[in-house]
Amino acid sequence: MKRIQLPLTKEVIQTLRIGEKVYLNGPMFTGRDAAHRRLVETLERGEKLPIPINGITIFYVGPSPARPGQIIGSAGPTTSYRMDDYTPRLLEEGLLGMIGKGRRSSFVRQAIREHGAVYFAALGGAGALAAQAIVSAKVVAYPDLGAEAIHALEVKDFPVVVAVDATGASVYEREEKTHV
Amino acid sequence: MREINVNKVRDAVEKMCIEANLALTEDVQIAMKNALEAEINPLAKEVLEDLIKNERVASESKVPICQDTGMAVVFVDLGQEVALVGGSLEEAIHAGVRTGYEKGYLRKSVVKSPITRVNTKDNTPAVIHYRVVAGNQIRLRFAPKGFGSENMGRLGMLKPSDGREGVLAFVVETVRAAGPNACPPLVIGVGVGGTMEKACLLAKEQLLRNVGEPAMEQEARELEEELMERIEALDIGPQGFGGKTTALAVHAALFPTHIAGLPVCVNINCHVARHRERVI
Repeated sequence: MKRIQLPLTKEVIQTLRIGEKVYLNGPMFTGRDAAHRRLVETLERGEKLPIPINGITIFYVGPSPARPGQIIGSAGPTTSYRMDDYTPRLLEEGLLGMIGKGRRSSFVRQAIREHGAVYFAALGGAGALAAQAIVSAKVVAYPDLGAEAIHALEVKDFPVVVAVDATGASVYEREEKTHV
Repeated sequence: MREINVNKVRDAVEKMCIEANLALTEDVQIAMKNALEAEINPLAKEVLEDLIKNERVASESKVPICQDTGMAVVFVDLGQEVALVGGSLEEAIHAGVRTGYEKGYLRKSVVKSPITRVNTKDNTPAVIHYRVVAGNQIRLRFAPKGFGSENMGRLGMLKPSDGREGVLAFVVETVRAAGPNACPPLVIGVGVGGTMEKACLLAKEQLLRNVGEPAMEQEARELEEELMERIEALDIGPQGFGGKTTALAVHAALFPTHIAGLPVCVNINCHVARHRERVI
């Protein structure tokens, strides 16, 4: 069982290869469609972001509400390609890790390579299981977005598969190569 | 005429919202188990085991199986000998969704305008499809539809000369393009014929069938069998990491169409193939 400590470093990312299953430990932020749009619009206006982007990992998730006594509701990944248009800009700001599911565009894979970043896939449609690896959750930005608000999460042995590594290779390319 | 109070519809919808999101029906559970037994790729097996475990954790801890608890889709078959009392049927359905999503701690995923995108905060409105049928009962079928898979659906207005092979190729290409994005293993609804919207409605309705139950009609059944074979050969596998388990089932339906057309719609569901039914 390969455990990876968050926040990530470029050195650690260099050791990761596509298809490898690893367990993440430490802090990360949530962010999906609406939050990404706001982050990038804030940067375009030259304003300060509500979260420190340098070195962080963003998990593409909009959790379901927690029941009383629970830390978080169901919290599996959403489909990543919808964040592609915003991703290169955030990588420029120092974003190092992303967690989602599904393919990334070639321009995103290229930006991941240029910045020495990494993209992980979590299990899509397994949000109840993912929630068990989340030890704390707190809304830290855009509370008006509800499920789409940015949460600060702390995870313990959160299972992911390396989907695009720092060379820009994709775990899904096997299938793309065979059938395109 | 048989009187039915719309509050009964509201309560049934509320219950179905919660039940569907916390536990899969037996047909889907069996399909997942069968897939695990048939799968040979080790990573694919591991993924299937985790997905089955997830469903158990969801039921036990009352945490939704998937955080995308969907947009509420309701098919209403209204018996023509039913007299509805107590208010508006449509409002009763929306009310059931509103309270179901609140009481069930389900995610509210609906935005009022697709352009300006402000959340309605109660997961309404539902998407409702009505049909007036014979009899004195109301049949309600409910599916919370997640958009990871919904986004991967496709409509093709094929030419008659594209024929059966064109239909098969269109469906397979849609599944290939969806790949890992739609959370395989998938349940694939296919509607062939009718008009543009009829093909889509047929495709959606096929997602409400019990998973793995073959179509009654032979022509549709043969399409399902051939599509399953071709889709298995794609080697997409659970979550797109490879393996034979790309689809749990293909459900197809045909409808008469125009001399000039061959509409085909593919509506995709993920492995969390939620569907519930109540008859009042």
